[in-house]
Amino acid sequence: MGEKKKKIVKTIKVDADKCNGCRACEVICSAFHATPRYSSNNPARSRIRLIREPLRDIYLPVYAGEYTPAECAGRDKYVIEGKEYEECAFCRASCPSRDVFKEPDSGLPLKCDMCESDPDLEKPLCVQWCLVDALTYEEREEEVEEETELEELEIGLEALADKFGLDKMMDTVARMSLSKKE
Amino acid sequence: MRYAETGFNLEIDLTRGNVERVETDPRDTELYLGGLGTNAKILWDRVPPEVEPFSPDNLLIFSAGLLCGTPATGCNRTIVSTVSPQTHLMAFSMMGGFWAPELKYAGYDKVILRGKSPNLVYLWIHNDKVEIRDATHLKGKGAVETAELIRQELNEPRAQVAAIGLAGENRVYFASIEQGRSSASRLGLGAVMGDKGVKAIVVRGTKDVNVARPAEFLALCNEVLQYIKFRNENPIPGVMPILAGLGSPQEMKVHDEKWHTENFMWGNSRVRRKDFWNDEIARQWAETLDSMRTRLISCYNCPMTCGATISPPGLPTYMMKCFSKLTYTMAAFSDLEFGLGIAQSATEYGVDGFSAPQVMAFALELYENGILTDEDFPGMPADNEGRFYWLLDRIVRREGIGDVLADGTYWASKRIGKGAEAYAHNNIKKHEQLPLKLSMLNPIYFLMYATGEKLNITQIEGQFPQAPWRTREEREEFAKDWFQVPDEKFKQYLVDWEPRGEKSMPFYPTVEMCCDIVDWQERMHYIDDALGMCAGLSSFPLKPPYHLHNYPKFISAGAGIDMDTDTLTQAARRYRTLVRAYNIRRGMRRKDDKPPENHWKKRFPELEKELLDTYYKFKGWNDQGIPTRESLSELGLDYVVEDFEKRGIYSETEDDSSSETPAEDEKI
Ligand code: SF4
Ligand code: SF4
Ligand code: SF4
Repeated sequence: MGEKKKKIVKTIKVDADKCNGCRACEVICSAFHATPRYSSNNPARSRIRLIREPLRDIYLPVYAGEYTPAECAGRDKYVIEGKEYEECAFCRASCPSRDVFKEPDSGLPLKCDMCESDPDLEKPLCVQWCLVDALTYEEREEEVEEETELEELEIGLEALADKFGLDKMMDTVARMSLSKKE
Repeated sequence: MRYAETGFNLEIDLTRGNVERVETDPRDTELYLGGLGTNAKILWDRVPPEVEPFSPDNLLIFSAGLLCGTPATGCNRTIVSTVSPQTHLMAFSMMGGFWAPELKYAGYDKVILRGKSPNLVYLWIHNDKVEIRDATHLKGKGAVETAELIRQELNEPRAQVAAIGLAGENRVYFASIEQGRSSASRLGLGAVMGDKGVKAIVVRGTKDVNVARPAEFLALCNEVLQYIKFRNENPIPGVMPILAGLGSPQEMKVHDEKWHTENFMWGNSRVRRKDFWNDEIARQWAETLDSMRTRLISCYNCPMTCGATISPPGLPTYMMKCFSKLTYTMAAFSDLEFGLGIAQSATEYGVDGFSAPQVMAFALELYENGILTDEDFPGMPADNEGRFYWLLDRIVRREGIGDVLADGTYWASKRIGKGAEAYAHNNIKKHEQLPLKLSMLNPIYFLMYATGEKLNITQIEGQFPQAPWRTREEREEFAKDWFQVPDEKFKQYLVDWEPRGEKSMPFYPTVEMCCDIVDWQERMHYIDDALGMCAGLSSFPLKPPYHLHNYPKFISAGAGIDMDTDTLTQAARRYRTLVRAYNIRRGMRRKDDKPPENHWKKRFPELEKELLDTYYKFKGWNDQGIPTRESLSELGLDYVVEDFEKRGIYSETEDDSSSETPAEDEKI
């Protein structure tokens, strides 16, 4: 068993009832992630997406989560207070079944990184630009079991090992390193 | 690379079904900015005065403002320009919402329509792909309904749709173009769209909009956001709630309508009901609004929530903002429940919320006075509310008397004759005005009503307080952090301004001060209409976040065009003068520059003459209101001088035009 360790959990609370549909969050998110920073904006590249259907009173800001190579076996559809949300509305995945959370030209997946930057921002930008408080930022400390943090490479390798088996993977690596030497 | 703008317009020839993507000249952006400015230039160049509003040669231009699609908060206006069927002058209403930024993301600054489509069509603009698509299946459909149907058929929930309803299809002179929570309503733009056979323009864009100096631009945006927060927390003391804060007048939030219902006129802008508001009405109206209003909503990239979704019982949901909340109610002497209900039909039909109710009240007044009779209204219900619904249906279908009324009160009264002209009493340049009748001349408002070419008072007023606070201390307090003024002298104008006595209206502010004040107010609106900024964050409210001192920085950092307050002012003067020149070329003269005769009970003919004389000079116009050779030349508008000379506009004799100055026209 690992030791207890403190960890900061970053949360954005979405109060969809307060959302007025302005899409300022999309504007600033895409501007922040432009290179150079703020040099352009394009809501289609935003890592937050507003599902907005005013005539049915649907206002739902959704954050981009993980990339998934395969779509779900089934789809979900929610009805809340009589309002039926579009298929997979609440899902955060960048998924082959739909075109959200993907770069418009390359199709590369988009994921919210909580506006990672150096130095850290005081609050994520979508939160700062949402003046009506539909998005609020919270940090809290949590005690977690210490785990040896896996490096990004390790995570990737593990996924490959799961998929193809460790032996096959090792063979391939050996073959690759040989061909590189030639 | 072009910044803020895309540098491309879409030219669409509806007659031939031809679509072209045309690169624009960056020089024009420097001279005329964009939006209204460049629209005016295109109309000047391509639509000569001989072209009738419903000619295929008339253009209908949809333009995003220069800064639309950048992160500048509240910059989302589409400026639609054409020749108005009602006034035969330039119409340039604008609409908020989401359309203009989407056009930018699709890669265009303007969509320019010419010719006429033989069948009803809609345009589908999706980045580089532009299609003219059949819309015969949408004929007769409501504007909001049309938008939904098109989004479904294209399977593009994020497409933005600007559409007309039945009124536009039938070329009603006060037909609007509707777009979600907003509309371009004034002066019959929808009629021109209908005449061109275009039911809707649908846009979806997924490209980048660039800014020239990113860090600087973003810092400016953040300052604006901070100031909006500050102003939301610090409303202006001592003024009505709707004037205290930012945004369009917050009619969707306000329950207390004592001021509007007791100061604005009811019916055909006739009756003032001084003791109308009471607790019972307050309770009922609050209940109505609370029960029908689903949510407060904003335009693109703006926190101000000036609009609302409204769901009247048993009717489809629609979106509303501003004063259309009360125009139908008051024209029909009814209540808010009626007003919010009929506005649902009016929005689907696509009519202007100022003109439409006034036209209907006008018709009923003619009926009461025997000028129109039962024969004109076959089958009309007996109750006022029923009559309004009945009339609205006739008008948008142009059936029977509706065909006459569909041209607005000015033209309808001419067609009806029998003294009907006297009932079309609330127009400026043939266009229906806010239902407001007051006691004593206000010199600032006199100039704005007389010379404002957008023909709507809310589209020229703002910035300067409408009336002085009672005490000097209050006025000094207001002036203290009033950094928006173009010049320190404006603070003094205000501080010295008294509600009564020597330094009070109509002789104070003095004529010269009035010129300064009106010029500032107008300049701000013109800049907004070129940049695509919402007046609610700029030209309209007191102490707005956008002003003459940060605008040049926004343009420099955003569009990469170096500007300071002087060059910006010069650019705004240039296209403002071009709008004037355009209308002069279409016959507008001093005789047209006048408020409705009964707008104030107490008039001051000599003062009014002096005001107009001085203001014309101040603007560089001659005593007929025609821009002089010198002032045109100074603005680099020598091509206008040439045209005026060719047309003999400068050589008109003095006497045939000066006979109708407002001073001599005074009747009341
Ligand atoms: S900025 Fe806030 S109010 Fe605007 S769309 Fe995003 S979540 Fe909604
Ligand atoms: S937290 Fe940052 S990265 Fe994530 S959606 Fe908001 S603005 Fe984008
Ligand atoms: S201030 Fe109001 S009307 Fe103006 S852009 Fe914002 S929400 Fe729209």
